[in-house]
Amino acid sequence: MNSPRSAWLFLAPALVVLGVFFLLPVLAALILSLTDYDLYALADIRNLRFVGFGNYWELLHRPLFWSALGHTVYFVAVGVPLSMGASLGAALLLNSPLARCKPLFRTALFAPVVTTVVAVAVIWRYLFNTKYGMANYVLDLLGIHPIDWLGDPRWAMPTIILFAVWKNFGYNMIIFLAGLQAIPPNLYEAARIDGASSWRQFRHITLPMLKPTLLMVAILTVSGYFQLFAEPYVMTEGGPLQSTVSVLYLMYDEGFKWWNLGSASAVAFLLFLLMFAVTVLMVKLSRRGEHPDGGPA
Amino acid sequence: MSPRLMKAIINGLLIGGTLVALFPLLWMLSVSFMAPGEASALPPPLLPKHPSWANYRELFVRAGMGRYLLNSVLVAGAITALSLVFNLMAGYAFAKLRFAGRERLFQALLGALVIPAQVAMLPLFLLLKYMGLVNSYAGVVAPALATVFGIFLVRQYARGIPDELLEAARIDGAGEWRIFAQIVLPLLKPIIVTLAIFSFLAAWNDFMWPLIVLTGQEHYTLPIGLASLAREHAQDSELMMAGSVVTVLPVLLLFLSLQRYYLQGLLLGSVKG
Repeated sequence: MNSPRSAWLFLAPALVVLGVFFLLPVLAALILSLTDYDLYALADIRNLRFVGFGNYWELLHRPLFWSALGHTVYFVAVGVPLSMGASLGAALLLNSPLARCKPLFRTALFAPVVTTVVAVAVIWRYLFNTKYGMANYVLDLLGIHPIDWLGDPRWAMPTIILFAVWKNFGYNMIIFLAGLQAIPPNLYEAARIDGASSWRQFRHITLPMLKPTLLMVAILTVSGYFQLFAEPYVMTEGGPLQSTVSVLYLMYDEGFKWWNLGSASAVAFLLFLLMFAVTVLMVKLSRRGEHPDGGPA
Repeated sequence: MSPRLMKAIINGLLIGGTLVALFPLLWMLSVSFMAPGEASALPPPLLPKHPSWANYRELFVRAGMGRYLLNSVLVAGAITALSLVFNLMAGYAFAKLRFAGRERLFQALLGALVIPAQVAMLPLFLLLKYMGLVNSYAGVVAPALATVFGIFLVRQYARGIPDELLEAARIDGAGEWRIFAQIVLPLLKPIIVTLAIFSFLAAWNDFMWPLIVLTGQEHYTLPIGLASLAREHAQDSELMMAGSVVTVLPVLLLFLSLQRYYLQGLLLGSVKG
């Protein structure tokens, strides 16, 4: 029998790192968000004052916070369904018995996932260049007027969404593929014998069997998409007209450009609360769907 | 619909998707060999007229890309090696060693996964500033030395090690460290490879934290160096594409050579239990 002492020795390095570099800072962030920690406090800690919920109150009265929140919610609300749709579509294609060269297609479709956001954002910036970009050249061939993809406030966020979907869909595709392969084939056989169309098979077998996977992927994708930062930082620098300033972009600017660390911590916490609320809501909604009569599981 | 038509549609869509997924990467590679200004033409050229290494030479000789590359290798390598040790030890302890409060502590760690890392970043910056680690390799490496995800992955895998094996070694008088090094680690080899790829890719691709903690160019990692180059050289698309190739190629090659382990880890990690 091993002694508890040796167990703690095995745990200590990881727990110390997580405690000192994660849990402690998270608690500190909570306290920091209740103070006016700024450049003056950074120079001399005695300038620090406790302001209670002052930072939160001020944020809720700042139009920039609301527009950053709006852009982030827009990115999540449009980006997540598109991303999940593309992932599921690709997974269904790859899972089809008619598909050829599956490992090759799978690898190619997954490749964007492992690339570095900054590097591929640089590529996309040129593909979507108004004058010389490939995107507008193709539109021109189709007889459509050029679009100022990253320079027009109405188009900047949709362009970033397209980019994010391209970059990320492969990740969920792999998870969906595993989920699809776990569905017992005899369910489909039985349905075929009953004469069910492929659409009905998808609707009544694939979707219900895939539901736990769908929920998990949705939660992971939503929380990932709420953390939008590198894409606007590289592609648009928050512009044009601040139309791509996300909540984290605001946090970064507020904290590390203007050194308002108290107010920036409040931004971080509001984002956390929002993500947490959305996750809980998603879990609740999916449970309610499972038991329409409200009965126990 | 006839099966042949169906087959053509499915494979056609897959080919189309593959083109969309790969086109930006192939175009990046092609433009990186073009002469300055060549890509800014209509119609956008697909292949360089006179392919040359000039952009890469420019990057390494004048733009300091060699330094960024070295920094990235150092930082990602250190994070991978050290976090592997820390996560393996902790994951094994959670799976196989007995101590009071084990399950509750593990649940608490999993619970911490809902907190986005960015919440910790501002105080973490202050903490590292007081420790004198801002703008140092240690500042980038330290917070990444242990991850809940890594501990979780190791625990899932290590639970499959039979207890009898460990007990037999203990009866033979082997110490806990010896058991860990000589019996457990060899059995964990597949998950070690998986976790190493995950850690390396995450460290290599990380952007926000290095951007915050690295203030001087001499410590920039590739993504930070590339982002700052992109702001300076917004017009030099050919040069920027070469920079993107240098940044993306190492991780892409790593993934291609070890994709079996990577994809398997992705599935292990996504099924919480």
